[in-house]
Amino acid sequence: MSERKVTGLTKALEAIGNAALFSLRVIKDAFRAPFELSYLWLELTDQGWRSLPLIVSCGLALGFVMTLHTRTELIKFGAGAWIPEIQCLSFFVEIGPLVAALLVAGRVGAGMGASLAEMRATEQIDAIEALSIDSFKLLVVPRVVACLLALPLLTTFMDMCGVFSGFLSEHFLSHLSLQLYVARAFRGVEWSNFIPPTVKTAVFGFIIGTVSCFFGYTTNEGAEGVRRAATNSVVMSSLLVIVADVVLVKIIFIMFPGTAL
Amino acid sequence: MTDWKDMAVALDHVSKTFGEKQVLRDVTFSVAPRETICVLGRSGTGKSVTLKLIIALLKPEAGHIWIDGEDITQLEGQKLSRVRRKMGFLFQNAALFDFLTLYDNLALPLRRLTHKSEQDIDEIIDRVLNEVGLSGDKKKLPLELSGGMKKRAGLARALVLEPEILLIDEPSSGLDGITASEIDELLLQQKEHTTMIIVSHDVHGARRVGDRFVVLDHGRLAALGTPEELEHHENETVRRLVRGV
Repeated sequence: MSERKVTGLTKALEAIGNAALFSLRVIKDAFRAPFELSYLWLELTDQGWRSLPLIVSCGLALGFVMTLHTRTELIKFGAGAWIPEIQCLSFFVEIGPLVAALLVAGRVGAGMGASLAEMRATEQIDAIEALSIDSFKLLVVPRVVACLLALPLLTTFMDMCGVFSGFLSEHFLSHLSLQLYVARAFRGVEWSNFIPPTVKTAVFGFIIGTVSCFFGYTTNEGAEGVRRAATNSVVMSSLLVIVADVVLVKIIFIMFPGTAL
Repeated sequence: MTDWKDMAVALDHVSKTFGEKQVLRDVTFSVAPRETICVLGRSGTGKSVTLKLIIALLKPEAGHIWIDGEDITQLEGQKLSRVRRKMGFLFQNAALFDFLTLYDNLALPLRRLTHKSEQDIDEIIDRVLNEVGLSGDKKKLPLELSGGMKKRAGLARALVLEPEILLIDEPSSGLDGITASEIDELLLQQKEHTTMIIVSHDVHGARRVGDRFVVLDHGRLAALGTPEELEHHENETVRRLVRGV
């Protein structure tokens, strides 16, 4: 029994070590030519552009729901004028970055894990290696870099959609004009409330890309491996994004003390 | 003692294990330049593994593999890439890149590994696709190709860099007799100027294309010789495999 535990622990530590080496290789290879710009563009289109409908619709829905939830309580305390600012701050600081990252982990992470695992199962990765082409550089690096670049942009879209649907909600319920909503929403918002949380999503993008590619690229179990890679990619990248969020929020508070409420 | 340096490919006491299963045990054989060897054996005897060892997609636990006089078991990185460029590999399921068109499947190695202009790449791809009878299909995705077309496309990709050594895994598996015969014809066209190692279950095709047969049985080299020599081999499995019964 204890031997089994030791074997399990050894395997877990080995997997963590391999994942760490994998991510270091991503960083090293990202700065090494050739830069695979055409594949990077393809990935940006797939991960960024094709995720946009999901991000926009979720941002609109979340913004609408959040206003409905908060306005009842705030109006009770006579703080209805704060609704736009609370909406804006909560989207910029936390809801936008985190929800966008989790949505991308679900859509893009599963896709990356499954597609690489399928390429492994159908010997396409072996075929690339047999052609003397570095499969890691060709398949993994553009995916991770695209995820890292796409997520801050998608987060910005989610923030804007959340604030806009907050306005729509307020406009229909209390006939607030757009000018007044915008003035109230951005009254207490500073650049430091927007830029550091948005930039931190690049780290989320790196985590989602690396974790998903790790599970897809290193699997070797045929169809079962594809299923496992897709599931593990979503579960592990979502979990790590949430853990990283806690750490990064603390770092942002240290670097920008004014953003700590 | 065999002089490995004169051989295009040589396996010297090669063993390979997956977990607790030993797939190849102490296998030794060599292939002369422009010779065609067919590797026969029952399923699971390590035939495809042998090909993957030769192109260094797998590493052996013991023994050495020589390509044009160079031991590849110790090579990595750029040095390994340089040796691999001498070889073309047709995978059992063709392993075409499903995110690229047929044209781009062939263009990828040319763009990445040569300094040819787009016009030259265009001409090479047209010539190779014409050779394999797929000149009208270059804009198709692998998903749109039939089994036989995929095999021919895989062969075209293996040939596009004009390799000295061609490794072919089951060229006729899953194909009807006529299509399999067409693939054999394509291989015969390569025979004059290319060293070929073909893993096959199709003895009739192997007899048309192969100069010598290597027969593997339970991961061991059971026999090596011309088809005529092996027809009367003392090992019954070898006789049955070579006669195709």
